[in-house]
Amino acid sequence: MKKIYDSADKALEGLLDDGMLIAAGGFGLCGIPELLIDALVESGVKDITIASNNCGVDGFGLGKLLDTKQIKKMMSSYVGENAEFMRQYLSGELELEFNPQGTLAERMRAGGCGIPGFYTKTGVGTVIAEGKDHKDFNGETYIMEEGIFADLSIVKAWKADETGNLIFRKTARNFNPPAAMCGKVCVVEVEEIVPTGSLDPDHIHLPGIYVHRIIQGEHEKRIEQRTVRTA
Amino acid sequence: MWDRNQMAARAADELEDGWYVNLGIGIPTLVANYVGDKDITLQSENGMLGMGPFPLEGDEDPDLINAGKQTITELPRTAYFDSAQSFGMIRGGKIAAAILGAMEVAENGDLANWMIPGKLVKGMGGAMDLVAGVGRVIVVMDHTNKHGDSKLLKECTLPLTGKNVVDRIITNLGVLDVVEGGLKIVETADGVTEDELRAATEATIV
Repeated sequence: MKKIYDSADKALEGLLDDGMLIAAGGFGLCGIPELLIDALVESGVKDITIASNNCGVDGFGLGKLLDTKQIKKMMSSYVGENAEFMRQYLSGELELEFNPQGTLAERMRAGGCGIPGFYTKTGVGTVIAEGKDHKDFNGETYIMEEGIFADLSIVKAWKADETGNLIFRKTARNFNPPAAMCGKVCVVEVEEIVPTGSLDPDHIHLPGIYVHRIIQGEHEKRIEQRTVRTA
Repeated sequence: MWDRNQMAARAADELEDGWYVNLGIGIPTLVANYVGDKDITLQSENGMLGMGPFPLEGDEDPDLINAGKQTITELPRTAYFDSAQSFGMIRGGKIAAAILGAMEVAENGDLANWMIPGKLVKGMGGAMDLVAGVGRVIVVMDHTNKHGDSKLLKECTLPLTGKNVVDRIITNLGVLDVVEGGLKIVETADGVTEDELRAATEATIV
């Protein structure tokens, strides 16, 4: 089965429905699926829920889908870098479900592993725990969190082979593997597609079983906070 | 009274050779400058152990950032991993200590540092996971807020980041531990008397 597609819009063909749940990789603007986000904007798909640690910045990354009002709800841990996000949220146009960052990552991982719920100490005694099942294990209290089962995963990796085996680069890995795992269909954009057999099998970060469609393209890779030291 | 750098230096004294440590944003970030000869590995919760300093101009890499989204560098010991594994090691208690800032700490160790009702809510990021999971939670903050009110309280007034999670508090006035029944003064900052520290503190001092 051929997994390689010519473009982001072709790779998303037949996968988009209004009201769907999409899991997206990336942390801040690092390792975000820029090309697939652009294709989502072009597609006009609406009322989507996105599980992603952040929501881009104004005019870039997932922020583009805010500008076009295609997002109904975000499941995130931190959304502080986006004025349009705050405007839509405060006016009631946009729903927001805060998740502690590790809980969000584990909810994606769990969904990808067929685990519908798990218990964690994170958030016990805070607003996050309200309405959630509490259970004691070995004298400590935990709350239940549910696995995320997304309709679609959109991810960014560094390299893929033709079968979808993936390698990520530095901290651009972040949420991409768990986001990839939790979708019914996973579409990946990479900087380079290499011939099958050219990646060391011991160095694969995410095996191609999780990857259904692949595109290659140019990435802007915008830096959010450029910080340097003097020699 | 200690300034920001002296508070960071005092916090660095808390770290033991061989520890894996997570530093928060603000004064906690400065702690890295004062670890001296100790073998400390810094974790960045976006997926890295062995965080290095900021890059030299021209060496910035958009694929290499810390949890504050700042460009950083790697070290010979660096390892990268995904967010689920990153918080697995946090939740799993593998990180010896987290040093972080706070808006309020209560005498029972409750911590509030993520939201002020009615103000812009940005999110908790990884703070709830860190305080629930790491071995030791060390708060570094000013003793009072900009109105001069104590940030060490009998009970937190703001929404909590974690319940009974703080072990030690380092402020511009001194060092306090969360113990049975309240806070215990460990030491006072240079030029600060114990009476002055008590007078600036709302929480019960035992």
